[in-house]
Amino acid sequence: MPDLFQPILSVKNLSVQFPTLSGVVTAVKNISFDVGREKVGIIGESGSGKSTTGRAIMRLQPANARLVADELRFEKVDLLAASEAEMRAIRGRRISMILQDPKYSLNPVMTVGEQISETVILHERIGRREARQRTLAMLERVNIRDPERVFDLYPHEVSGGMGQRIMISMMLISAPSLIIADEPTSALDVTVRQQVLTILDDLIVERDIGLIFISHDLNLVKSFCDRVIIMYAGRIVETLDASCLEAAKHPYTRGLLEALPSLDHPKDRLQVLRRDASWAEA
Amino acid sequence: MTMISVSNLAVSFSSGRAVKHVVKGISFNVNPGETFGLVGESGCGKSTVLGALAGRVKNWTGAFEIDGEAIVEKRSRQQLAKQQMVFQDPFGSLHPRHTVGRTLLEPLEIHGHDQRQERVEAVLRDVGLPARFRHRFPHQLSGGQRQRVAIARALILKPRILLLDEPTSALDVSIQAEILNLLKDLRERENLTYILVSHDMAVVAHLCNRVAVMQDGVFVEIATREQLLAGKVAHKYTQTLLDGSRGYVPTRKGR
Repeated sequence: MPDLFQPILSVKNLSVQFPTLSGVVTAVKNISFDVGREKVGIIGESGSGKSTTGRAIMRLQPANARLVADELRFEKVDLLAASEAEMRAIRGRRISMILQDPKYSLNPVMTVGEQISETVILHERIGRREARQRTLAMLERVNIRDPERVFDLYPHEVSGGMGQRIMISMMLISAPSLIIADEPTSALDVTVRQQVLTILDDLIVERDIGLIFISHDLNLVKSFCDRVIIMYAGRIVETLDASCLEAAKHPYTRGLLEALPSLDHPKDRLQVLRRDASWAEA
Repeated sequence: MTMISVSNLAVSFSSGRAVKHVVKGISFNVNPGETFGLVGESGCGKSTVLGALAGRVKNWTGAFEIDGEAIVEKRSRQQLAKQQMVFQDPFGSLHPRHTVGRTLLEPLEIHGHDQRQERVEAVLRDVGLPARFRHRFPHQLSGGQRQRVAIARALILKPRILLLDEPTSALDVSIQAEILNLLKDLRERENLTYILVSHDMAVVAHLCNRVAVMQDGVFVEIATREQLLAGKVAHKYTQTLLDGSRGYVPTRKGR
């Protein structure tokens, strides 16, 4: 019986450093957060360290980067101490990652069906026939009408929305307990985005798993996630319930909200964010 | 008097025997100083309309007038200078190995304008960049600064019309606010007419007086800013786009 209050992921004082010719650049500085069976959004502008955080959890940082943390625990596994072989067993099976653009993240010379089956063949050592059945069932689950036909298509033959649904089925076929989605819908049109998010939302709830949703879109995170983490210059400046985002206190979050053109509160001029050096400090 | 008057514009592309009709006979007028929005999803033909107005897309049929002159296939230099484009991605639209100064000089050379240095300095000032930036390369600029350079390049020929193709969608929210404010200021100061292509209804409603909603090569509706803000739109598709820009709409009840 799993403990309901036990977080799936626990991060304490995580830093990611990159040594460069002109000294060490710290992309992520001492961040701490937990993820339970919920949808947690990470908001930040380009360069705020949100994607680096997502990759650090899967230990997918570049080879020269240094990962420092007091704790980086996924379920019962200490991710800092895990060997590369242990990490390979976790990646794609127990923590999955959905990236922004299926055009670039799917293998262009492999049919989508093979790519999805590969996940379960590698991780669960099942036969091709069984893997095919699982794949077809999964494709159907993400509302692909004709899974038999789609199985044999190559990535360039599918639309962006279908590509992202294929991504989702690939990431969820092995029953992971944490999904990291890095800007999963930024390349999609709004109507397609709505369909893809509905599928993702349903699957997260149905399987009772955790989601880290990395995005720069405040309206989207506010309406999709349960909790929101706001990052600035590698630090977490504020963590809020998504429903309370409009009532944010930190001047950076306020600045972002004011800078956004809005249909509900139209304003003649947009407020320009005035950055304060102290936000990047502790 | 109208600044842009388009009637029955159609564009089709053909490869071999297959013909793809991208824009299927659209008509609209834009008044001087007005900002006219074009919204729709990828592939609906909105950028192609801009391309035809700018003279980039050549195989169009129909008729249009810009600043009172009927446009024929071959345009004069003056006619081409009258409308200038700003593209979506400032990383892709500036030559990586040309300095800002050289990028800005190029249109002046092509159109044979004099007082080039003075014009470059003046246009950089107009878009809020210091004059010393003319010595920089694009990779030495931030995304927002690059988009300012792209706007400066469009303005340097003193056009009457700016054709803006998703000018802020590659930028962060705080930078988007700066560029949108700049576009508003320039519109007032230089009395410019804009056509703005965007997929973000909030951006469109912020800047535009009227918006055409495009789907599959045709206008399904032309709505005013007031109608958008009040949510009083006639077509279901417009409503879908409005809902979309507010975020995710949960379809399931409870958790």
